[in-house]
Amino acid sequence: MTALPDPVAQLQGVTHRYGRMVALADLTLALPAGRMVGLIGPDGVGKSTLMGLVAGAKRLQHGEVTCLGGDMAQARHRRAMGGRIAFMPQGLGRNLYHDLSVRENMEFFGKLFALGRGERRDRIDRLTRATGLHPFLDRPAGKLSGGMKQKLGLCSSLIHDPDFLLLDEPTTGVDPLSRRQFWDLIATIRADRRQMSVLVSTAYMEEAALFDHLVAMDAGRVLAEGPPEDLMASTGTASVGDAYVSLLRRSGEKEEAAPQPPAATPLPDSGEIAIRARNLTRRFDDFVAVDSVSFDIRRGEIFGFLGSNGCGKTTTMKMLTGLLPASEGEAWIFGQPVADQGMAARARVGFMSQSFSLYGELTVRENLVLHARLYHLGAALSEQRLADLVPRFGLTGHMDHKAGDLPLGLRQRLSLAVAVIHSPEILILDEPTSGVDPQARDDFWRLLLDLSRNERVTIFISTHFMDEAMRCDRISLMHAGRVLVSDPPARIVADSGAASLEEAFIAYMAAELPPETQAPPALAAKAAPPPDAAGFSLRRLLAFTSREAMQVRRDPVRLAFAFLGSALLLLVMSFGISQEVRDIPFAVLDHDDSPASRAYVSAFRDSPWFKLQPPVLDVQALDDRMTSGELALALEIPPRFGADLRAGHGAAVAATIDGADTGRAGTVESYVSGAHGASPAGIAPGRAEAQMPPPVTLEPRFRYNPDMASLPSIGPSIPPLLLLLFPAILMAVSVAREKEIGTITNFYVTPTGRAEFLIGKQLVYIGIGLLNFAILTALVVLVLRVPLHGNPLALVLATVLYVVAATGFGLMVSMLTATQVTAVFAATVLSVMPTLQFSGMLTPVSSLEGPARVMGSLWPTTWYMMASVGSYTKGLGLADLGGALMRLALFGPVFTAIAVALLKKQER
Amino acid sequence: MRPLINTFWLTGKELKSVLGDPVMVILIAWSFVVAVMLEAQGAGDTVRNASIAIVDEDRSPLSRRIPDALMPPWFQTPVAMSADQAAAAMDRGEIMFVLSFPPRFAADAIAGRVPAAQLLADATAVSQAQLGTDYLRNIVQQEVRVFLATGPDVAQPELKLELRRAFNPNGNPVWFKAMSSLLNQLSVLTIALTGAAMLREREHGTIEHLMVMPLSPAEVAVSKVLATMIVVLAAFTGSLLIVVRGVLDVPVAGSMPLLVGGAAVYLWAASAIGMLLGTLARSMAQFALLVIMVIIPVIMLSGGMGAVESQPDTVQKLTQALPSRHFLAFAKAVAFRGAGLSAVWSQLLLMAGLGAAFFAASLLLFRRSMSVTG
Repeated sequence: MTALPDPVAQLQGVTHRYGRMVALADLTLALPAGRMVGLIGPDGVGKSTLMGLVAGAKRLQHGEVTCLGGDMAQARHRRAMGGRIAFMPQGLGRNLYHDLSVRENMEFFGKLFALGRGERRDRIDRLTRATGLHPFLDRPAGKLSGGMKQKLGLCSSLIHDPDFLLLDEPTTGVDPLSRRQFWDLIATIRADRRQMSVLVSTAYMEEAALFDHLVAMDAGRVLAEGPPEDLMASTGTASVGDAYVSLLRRSGEKEEAAPQPPAATPLPDSGEIAIRARNLTRRFDDFVAVDSVSFDIRRGEIFGFLGSNGCGKTTTMKMLTGLLPASEGEAWIFGQPVADQGMAARARVGFMSQSFSLYGELTVRENLVLHARLYHLGAALSEQRLADLVPRFGLTGHMDHKAGDLPLGLRQRLSLAVAVIHSPEILILDEPTSGVDPQARDDFWRLLLDLSRNERVTIFISTHFMDEAMRCDRISLMHAGRVLVSDPPARIVADSGAASLEEAFIAYMAAELPPETQAPPALAAKAAPPPDAAGFSLRRLLAFTSREAMQVRRDPVRLAFAFLGSALLLLVMSFGISQEVRDIPFAVLDHDDSPASRAYVSAFRDSPWFKLQPPVLDVQALDDRMTSGELALALEIPPRFGADLRAGHGAAVAATIDGADTGRAGTVESYVSGAHGASPAGIAPGRAEAQMPPPVTLEPRFRYNPDMASLPSIGPSIPPLLLLLFPAILMAVSVAREKEIGTITNFYVTPTGRAEFLIGKQLVYIGIGLLNFAILTALVVLVLRVPLHGNPLALVLATVLYVVAATGFGLMVSMLTATQVTAVFAATVLSVMPTLQFSGMLTPVSSLEGPARVMGSLWPTTWYMMASVGSYTKGLGLADLGGALMRLALFGPVFTAIAVALLKKQER
Repeated sequence: MRPLINTFWLTGKELKSVLGDPVMVILIAWSFVVAVMLEAQGAGDTVRNASIAIVDEDRSPLSRRIPDALMPPWFQTPVAMSADQAAAAMDRGEIMFVLSFPPRFAADAIAGRVPAAQLLADATAVSQAQLGTDYLRNIVQQEVRVFLATGPDVAQPELKLELRRAFNPNGNPVWFKAMSSLLNQLSVLTIALTGAAMLREREHGTIEHLMVMPLSPAEVAVSKVLATMIVVLAAFTGSLLIVVRGVLDVPVAGSMPLLVGGAAVYLWAASAIGMLLGTLARSMAQFALLVIMVIIPVIMLSGGMGAVESQPDTVQKLTQALPSRHFLAFAKAVAFRGAGLSAVWSQLLLMAGLGAAFFAASLLLFRRSMSVTG
């Protein structure tokens, strides 16, 4: 292993802004190598930004960052270092693929770092055994508990044996047992690889005490740094938490007193039960999430729910709020069964769900006002509640920020404020303080205690913090859907004979776990040197391809929609769009009503093109029926029509055509002329002679489709529509999804190139497009019975080029949009019109005018339409289609190149 | 009262979400301004601007005279070609018709031997081929008659036909295209916006948040429908007044308020479809696929791209369920034929009814989907 430069990373005068918000303010810092460095400080002080910059995931705005001996502003250095850095972003399993199994996730990361098959298997085996994930290799990541997700994230980060490991709040939202196992694991790894540098940010001050070196941050600046003992000594405090608060106070910004855990006064027992549950059970298929849980919660009581992630806490809470019906058992709120709760009952409950569930696109103020209004607080009361809550939750400076832009801790505070805005009698809070710093948590608990003791609000709360659990009146320990113990916290500690609640908790949990996961085997260091990461790698590209393909396969509904949907559309459209105009509804205003006039009308009545409607009696009725759209054609036969004709005076029939639909009017017009010419010669003497034979004839020959059948005309022109729209939109959504859920971080922090990422994903959708083509072709030939006259190879070649263009367009759209919603919207809005209207499907391209024609020729469907129709009906081969193919070949590379150029390798 | 207040505040939230996203706003503007203009001005009539080649093996004054009679807007200026060139050009889709005059065409005509001119039509576009052939036959015979008019006077045909097009006397295709294009934009935007708003709420988990509040699923759904209706109706009205009536100079014969009111009814139906798709889909990718599957028939079978009467009977029955079909019938009647409420109430009722049915179905699904999400 190459020796690491010391310091491993250095920041010089770094300033980082998000809009007007300053995340880092002229920060200068050196991180010692080979050590475990902790970043501590409340949320929103810039910890995540700092980590993102050091890892190269975020674009440097101002200042200098060097990492592993090179300048991180240089793309070349970043790329070369990608294989030596590992970055695990904040949020449980944020960079994992939830539909892939543990093994598949790790395989993917291994491939990204160009590890060979054998080495991958070897390392996955060793890492999962060390972390206790080995029994769960085939479980989808999304079905892992929070602690296990973090372990998987760590394994995935360690798969390439990095020299510098960055962990952003890795234990936030993880239960104590998993948290302890996590740090044990890190210690084991570091014991094996002493040179490895680790940078961790954490909200748990107890954890921070175990690190080698701490950096205390506030408001984008460094308050102090040094070993934990030094920080405590210099502030004269006994714990890292106290040291931090003391540092804060010294910096002169905050005047608050050191957080004293607010003591709970004993709960006066009124005997009134607020929440009662009896044998609550919830099954999802064959999985029992909650197994016969019962409890009584008194009014005003603070009831804590503890347990590892995925043990059923959230499901229980959802059943209490009525979001999920219970499979068995029942729950009552204030004596009323939850199942038949009315609207009024809902106003008595405030709920905060685990994931952030406010509107990110609204500002803090808008979110608060919206909820106040939805609870019908009225304008005055809303204002008052806002004035009360905003300072209490420390939201004052953020009122006009978009909720989605806030750091995690602030968002949690906002969620809390929203949950209590209507002064509910019961609060159900699902891990409300995950990711919130100690100071804010203390403030929050003060509020809870106040609500509980002074306003007799019943609080049902789940948490991973033991200090919070200690403040509850009673707590329940839950594991695998069952309640292990339910008592006041002090009694639980006493009964288990442990030194602290955390010890007691771990003892209870460990007793439940199979013994093998408790002693991780030592993790051997790897043998192979890190492969050269820079430069284009086909293997990495294919890693993205195989991963995407796996994800698509995991969603069979999507595939079924894509294939069955396009097959169905092909059939409906082919049979549904007919260019013939038949059954034109017409009526006659016959002022004459003689044998001659009736004979004249018969020419229309007997033709398949026209359909006679009840006669019109006067001009007004004719106008009305025409206006309503009932008639497309009205014939008006003048008085004395028959007599005039017999007398040789001649006569004129007036035909009025509904001109609203110009296309149809044109056709009707020509049919009317035809029927008029075919009217019986006998109705006027000498008419036959008067009809002079034409001096010349016109011999029409209908090329390609001599029978003028509709199917050969429409059938081959439907696949071009479907083969553009489906792949383009699937592609756009796929990339936008990675941006939205955060897995794109894996692209930012690994040595993956832009083209590797995009083209790797694109290959899958090209494959889907080609498969779809095979299905559609079979349908056109076998069901629509349109023979393929031309060269099938030419058509296949054209299809390949076309599908590349379609997916390239999808990529381009996804680069211009940030969310899946806008991606779907933009791809649809931009592609439907040129595809349906300007591609020559119904109107030949040669008849298009002006900008529409230009657009048509700049859209791939036009050229593919030519190739498809040409191959099927015109019987064209490779040589004839050369021009179209050449143009078609341009679109894909151009679209894809634009997408690659637009893709940023770093986050903002 | 409470449901109204809830809906009001929820609708406000939805409006902020839509209008707060610049990409959405740009796309809406694009649809109702640029797209409508492109579509209305660009796509020609059935036979309009048809490309034609002349293969003249006669080289007589008659064969030179006929091409001069092929005039815009129906035909492009004819191009002289050899037979082979013309066939190849047709293969490439550059030429729709090839009119060939055999040697001695004029001489035979004068001698009364009734020669035949050959017309080759690209029949991959059936209706253009059919209509163009009719036009060309008339033009050729007319020109020959005039050319030969040295002989006895052409007898006045005893029975005359006076053809008149009502509502659009000059047959200007921009009028109808503008209207059907507006309908297409309405459909695409409304379905995609409403459904996406629903799905986004589900994907972000905010729907759970709403469902523990004293709100009913109907209020949540109605507010999304309303917000879309407000945004799209405003865009529609603006486009109708400024782009369609102003820039494209399309006269609106009927009552403007009635037209806008009918659009509102259509929006109700279309956003109910969007809502249904948004509750059916489990992910954005599924939603996108559903949208495409629905949008294509909604646009192509509404009557904007081929008359409804020419669809096969079974398909016609199916398209009765498409609100877009009824809206196009309504819009044609009001905008061009000047129809009043008495003539179009049935279409309005049908659209409203379809909307109610789709909405009810989506509410049903919505309630069910809330109880199965884990």
